[in-house]
Amino acid sequence: MIAEVGSFALVLALAFAIAQAGLSATARARRSTVLAAAGEGAAVASFAGVAIAFACLIHAFVTSDFSVANVAANSHTEKPMLYKVAGSWGSHEGSILLWCFILTGYGAAAATLGRGLPQGLKALMVAVQGALGTVFLAYTVFASNPLARLAADQIPVEGRSLNPLLQDPALAFHPPFLYSGYVGMSVVFSLAVAALIEGRVDAAWARWVRPWALAAWSFLTVGITLGAFWAYYELGWGGWWFWDPVENASFMPWLMATALLHSAIVTEKRGALAGWSLFLALGAFTFSMLGAFLVRSGVLTSVHAFAVDPRRGVLLLIILGLTSGSAFALFAWRAPKLSPGGVFAPVSRESALVLNNILLAAATATVMLGTLYPLIRQALTGEAISVGPPYFNLTFAPLMATLAIILPAGPLLAWKRGDLQGVGQRLWVAALIALGVGLATYALVSPRKALGALGIAIGAWLVVGAFVEILERTRAFRVPAADSWRRLTGLPRGAWGMTLAHLGLGVFVLGACCELGWKGEAAEALPLGGALDVAGYHLVLETVGPVEVPNFDAERAMIRVSKAGKPVCTGEPDRRFYPAGGQTVSGIALCYRGASHLYMVLGERRTAPTGTPIWLIRAYWNPWATLIFLGPVIMALGGLTSLSDRRMRLGVARRARPEPLEQPA
Amino acid sequence: MRRHALAAIFAGLLCLAAAADPADRLADPAQEARARAIFADVRCLVCQNESIDDSEAELAAELRKVVREQVKAGRSDAEIKRFLTDRYGEFVLMTPKLSWTNLVLWGGPFLVVVLGAGLLAGRLRNRSGEIELSPEEAERVRRLSQTDPT
Repeated sequence: MIAEVGSFALVLALAFAIAQAGLSATARARRSTVLAAAGEGAAVASFAGVAIAFACLIHAFVTSDFSVANVAANSHTEKPMLYKVAGSWGSHEGSILLWCFILTGYGAAAATLGRGLPQGLKALMVAVQGALGTVFLAYTVFASNPLARLAADQIPVEGRSLNPLLQDPALAFHPPFLYSGYVGMSVVFSLAVAALIEGRVDAAWARWVRPWALAAWSFLTVGITLGAFWAYYELGWGGWWFWDPVENASFMPWLMATALLHSAIVTEKRGALAGWSLFLALGAFTFSMLGAFLVRSGVLTSVHAFAVDPRRGVLLLIILGLTSGSAFALFAWRAPKLSPGGVFAPVSRESALVLNNILLAAATATVMLGTLYPLIRQALTGEAISVGPPYFNLTFAPLMATLAIILPAGPLLAWKRGDLQGVGQRLWVAALIALGVGLATYALVSPRKALGALGIAIGAWLVVGAFVEILERTRAFRVPAADSWRRLTGLPRGAWGMTLAHLGLGVFVLGACCELGWKGEAAEALPLGGALDVAGYHLVLETVGPVEVPNFDAERAMIRVSKAGKPVCTGEPDRRFYPAGGQTVSGIALCYRGASHLYMVLGERRTAPTGTPIWLIRAYWNPWATLIFLGPVIMALGGLTSLSDRRMRLGVARRARPEPLEQPA
Repeated sequence: MRRHALAAIFAGLLCLAAAADPADRLADPAQEARARAIFADVRCLVCQNESIDDSEAELAAELRKVVREQVKAGRSDAEIKRFLTDRYGEFVLMTPKLSWTNLVLWGGPFLVVVLGAGLLAGRLRNRSGEIELSPEEAERVRRLSQTDPT
């Protein structure tokens, strides 16, 4: 019964989404506040419908209602509660429902929050958001209903369980964050389409776009980081980013959104780059949809693609083509008429931000080509090629390194016409420190790695640059300390947010370069009492015993770790067998040493020639690996800090005096 | 002991799993390190986007054996990779070839940078004369540029 209620609510949500699009578009055409309010109401109603459907799906998972096809295929009675709930968005159908839930949620939020917007623009935005909701809800209802029942004679006694690799806390929360990021770009997209129809893109538009872009970007950052962390400790390879097509699919919208956040600043402060900001706003959501398509259509081979269904892939491709195609057509038609905005000198904050955008656009192109070129080439010539990590190391890494090198100078440059010499005077200490750190790393750390040392120098440059930026804002050491303190406490949150985000990037670069450069690895087949050495640590395999837990059978090892004779920690990696799905998964053990990790994996059991059992033990030394995940978290915190800035809410504050619907021409 | 330390050092940029199986390792650590470097660039053909360095598939194990044998026999990296591409096609290598057919792939990002820089330069040049002119100033500029022989 509850599943039927959910299906019904889903159809209602679709009807409301259609109403939302129709009412709001008519409201704009007839300049009617009543219709506009009705459209906004429909947006909220549509969200409520999807929320009910989603709650029903979660209920079906929690109660293990195997008459629902999706539950039977993806759940199991003995699964822990968290994974029963997370299972509701772990499958194709469930994830699309989550997508719709977040899409309509953003739509409802934009409809209720965006009161500072000119009403024409807002009505159009709500209409576009409604159109997006219509398309995705129609897809859910007609092609991928997660609440569909099985025929009575096909209902199984037990479910087929969720892929055990996905039974993990980081991954349980990965999709909600990732989708909040992906779909958050829909508001930015709708605002861009609305502005193109209105024919006006100005500082005010950029100001409205930024909070949405910031929120989506922060969610996406957290989502991608959770995914990387999951890959790091669940896949048992010791790596965290594989340039896998599915990872790339989530990385492209992130790069686009990052570029948008920076170009929107130029549009907001100087009225320039309006067309480019619009392009990025459309591009960010297009790449989000492209990601959704790539992951689900089966055109990609990846470690973590969804169960594939080409028919649905075609439908998603049609959705992508329709929405993005029409938006970009509109862009091509209207954008040339936009005002080019303020002018600026070659050395200026605008130029620095444009450079940032060029490099981020090139980086996006790299990731896109690396992901799609093999598909295109195979389709055209029938020849298959592989594009693996070496390609990205050769193209993406230099682009990002260039970006990182110019980054600390950007915030110190003045708008319109900057003073390179002044920037040099402020940054030479940072440059000296970075150079010193790099040289010291090159000279002192063994084994000697030039590229690793360069990476560490760039990381140090970013971190010190972020501090210099704050010191500059407070005029530290140039005015009395009390004055500096007052300036420090009076800094707008937006400034803190930017500094945090840049600092986070520096922290990430330090961690990534250290880990990539100086990773240690050892593997050995050990009998009980056998030992293995990695990066100065001595690992002794003490015991291996069976563990019986309800969800899986496991064998767990106890490894005692010592350094220079002193005990350090014990690691308990396990090897789990999931009877429900018939899969074997390694559960790794991490021993934290400061920011570095000792990463231990228990492999298969063998028999030595002497007849005693031996186990394959792998251990990695991952120096500074914590920073790889900490950096993006700091970046996301920066985004949220910036989002809480008073200036972001100015639009809302204006609601006291509603504007007339007619806009001055 | 010493052998593990060396292995740890040689592992360097590689970060991987299946290939580390001690049972298959070459005796000479330098040769083993070379083999591992090649593994990272060879695709496990039956897997989902994994190199033979990561994969536990049977075919990957076979390919590792082939590569290790050839390394042991003293063939160069290029020779081994040519042997693999002759047998399995370009698909087997993780690094796409620098060839005319892959021009778009390798040149694309570079093209975006050049295009972007060109647009920026164009914008800076075209508009640098228009900074902050009042209508009177603009009129003066117009008159002056008309009388100017250039």
